[in-house]
Amino acid sequence: MNAPSEKVAFDVARIRQDFPILDLKVNGKPLVFLDNAASSQMPARVMDRWVRYQSSQHANIHRAVHYLSETATAEYEAARRKLQAFINAREEREVIFTSGTTESINLVAHGWGRKFLKAGDEIILTTLEHHSNIVPWQMVAEVTGAKIRVAPIFDNGELDLAAYEKLFNSRTQIACFTQVSNALGTINPVKEMVAIARKHGVVTLVDGAQAAPHLKVNVQALDCDFYAFSGHKLCGPTGIGVLYGKAALLEAMNPFKGGGDMILSVTFEKTTYAPIPAKFEAGTPPIAAAITLGAAVDYLSEIGMARIAAHETNLLDYATAEVSRLPGLRVIGTAEKKAAVLSFAIQGVHPHDVGTLLNEDGVAIRTGHHCAQPVMQRFKVPATCRASFAFYNTLAEVDALVASIQRVQKVFG
Amino acid sequence: MRWWRRYSECRKSLGSAMADSRNLYQEVILDHNRKPRNWGVLADATHKSEGLNPLCGDHIYLSLKLAGSNIEAVRFEGESCAICKASASMMTTLVKGKSQQDAEQMVNEFRDMATGKLDTSKEPHHLGRLTVFAGVRDLPTRVKCAILPWHTLHAALHSLTTTSTEADADPLQTPVIGT
Repeated sequence: MNAPSEKVAFDVARIRQDFPILDLKVNGKPLVFLDNAASSQMPARVMDRWVRYQSSQHANIHRAVHYLSETATAEYEAARRKLQAFINAREEREVIFTSGTTESINLVAHGWGRKFLKAGDEIILTTLEHHSNIVPWQMVAEVTGAKIRVAPIFDNGELDLAAYEKLFNSRTQIACFTQVSNALGTINPVKEMVAIARKHGVVTLVDGAQAAPHLKVNVQALDCDFYAFSGHKLCGPTGIGVLYGKAALLEAMNPFKGGGDMILSVTFEKTTYAPIPAKFEAGTPPIAAAITLGAAVDYLSEIGMARIAAHETNLLDYATAEVSRLPGLRVIGTAEKKAAVLSFAIQGVHPHDVGTLLNEDGVAIRTGHHCAQPVMQRFKVPATCRASFAFYNTLAEVDALVASIQRVQKVFG
Repeated sequence: MRWWRRYSECRKSLGSAMADSRNLYQEVILDHNRKPRNWGVLADATHKSEGLNPLCGDHIYLSLKLAGSNIEAVRFEGESCAICKASASMMTTLVKGKSQQDAEQMVNEFRDMATGKLDTSKEPHHLGRLTVFAGVRDLPTRVKCAILPWHTLHAALHSLTTTSTEADADPLQTPVIGT
C-alpha cells in the first residue's frame, strides 16, 4: 500500500538534484546559498520551460491570427490561471502580470492612489516595510497631499497590533503592509490586519514578496484588496511578478502605463481602455517570463507549500539555536512567528567584513540594510547579516554557516 | 545530455577572488582595525571633513591641522567596516608630516591601486605598506570602503565638509583630483 504523500519524508537530496546551480563550487568550496530572500534559484525543469517556449511557441500575443501567436497567447493566459490557482484568486482577470513586487505596488500607488487620495487623507504603513512599499507611497503622498502614518514594532520585531489599530480614523484610505519582513523574517498577522482595516472601510495592500515563497497564499481567505509578489523569489525568472486585485477595485483604477494591448480603441480625441487585466498590461509583456513562472509555481505546488514551510521552519529553528550559542552574536528579529530569515550581528565585526569572509568559504549571505532602512534605524544598526533559507537548503549547510561564522570570530578575535 | 549541462565547464572554477580576499584580511589590517592609530578629533583642527557611505554604513570624521601646506597632525574617528577603518588608520600614520601635494599624490595612487589601474607590484608608487589593500580590486563591492578615508582626506584638504564614495561619488567613476 502506498503511503499518503504527506507522510513521505521531505527528500531534500532529491530536490537538490533539480537545481543545476546547487552543485557549484565557489572559492573551492561547495556553494552554500543562503541569500534566498533576495532571489531564489531555478530548477532545470523551469529553465526547460523557457527554452521550450522560445524554441517552439514564441510570437507576440493577443495580436495575430497565426498559429504561433495563438499558441503563445494560450500559454500566457494558461500561466495566468496557474498563478490564479496558486494564490486562490476568485477570477483570472484579477491576476495582473507586472515586472515584480515593486511595479505591482507602484501600479496601485499610481493607478489607485493618484485617483482616489486627496489632501489630508492618510496612508498606513508599518516600520517593517521594504523600501518598495514606502517610496511609491511617499511619491503619491507628495502629489496628492496625503499623509503617511507608520505602525510601530516591538523590540522582538513583532508588529504592535494595538498601535496599528489606533492609527485608523476617518481620514485613513489605505493600509499597506508586508506579510513577511524581508529584514527580520517576522510573519505579520495579516488576516487580523486586513480585518481591522475592513472594519474602518479602508483598502488594503499586502506585500507578499517574502511570503509567497514560504507560505500558502490564499487571497480570498485573507480578504485583502491587493496582493503583490515577485517571480524570481519563487524559483521563477526575474522581470515578472503579479499584482492581485479585487476586480471592482482594478476596474475603478486608472491605468499606470499607456500603450498597445491596454486599449479598446484609440483616436487622438479619446481612448477607451481595455477591460482588466489587459488595461494594466500595456505593450508586449514578458511572455516567456510569465509562462516560465507558471512552470515554477507548478513545481512548488507539486512539492507542496505546507511541506516547504515545514522544512524551512526546521532549518530556521536549527540555525537560530546554533548561532544563539555563539558568544558575541545577536539575533535581530526574534518574533514568535518567523519565516526562513535569520538576521544577526556579530559584536566587533561589521556585516560587510562578515559577508566577504563567509564568501571565502562558499557561503552566500546578504549583508547590508536589505532595503529596509527604517528597520535598521529601529534596531540602531547600520546593517545586518542575513541568512535566508529555501526548501532546498540542508541542515549541513546550516552547520557550514555556523563554522564559517566561527572562523570570522577567530580572524577578528 | 540535458542542454544546461553544456555549461558545466564554465561552472567549474568560480570565485577567483579567493586568494586576494584571503590576502586582504592580513594581520596588519586586522591590527589597525583592532587598535586604530590617531583615533579621535583634533581640538585645533584647521581642516575637517566627514566621509559617509550611507548604503553600507561606513562613516568617518577626519580632522587635520595644516601648518602652511604641511600636514602637522591628523586624527579620525567613526564607525565602519574593518577595511575602511584600517585604511583610515594607516592613512593617518602615513600622511602625517607630508606636504599637501604629496598627500594628494597618495590619494590618487591609492584610488588607482584599489580600482586596478595601478599595479603596485610593477609600477613605481609612493604607497609603501598600503599595498596590503591591493587585493580589494577583486572585491568590487568593497573598493568604496577602502577608498572612503582617502576621499575624505581629499575633501578636507579642499575644505569640503562632506564626501562619499557611493552613488554619484563612485570611486570607479569620479576622479578625485579636479573636483
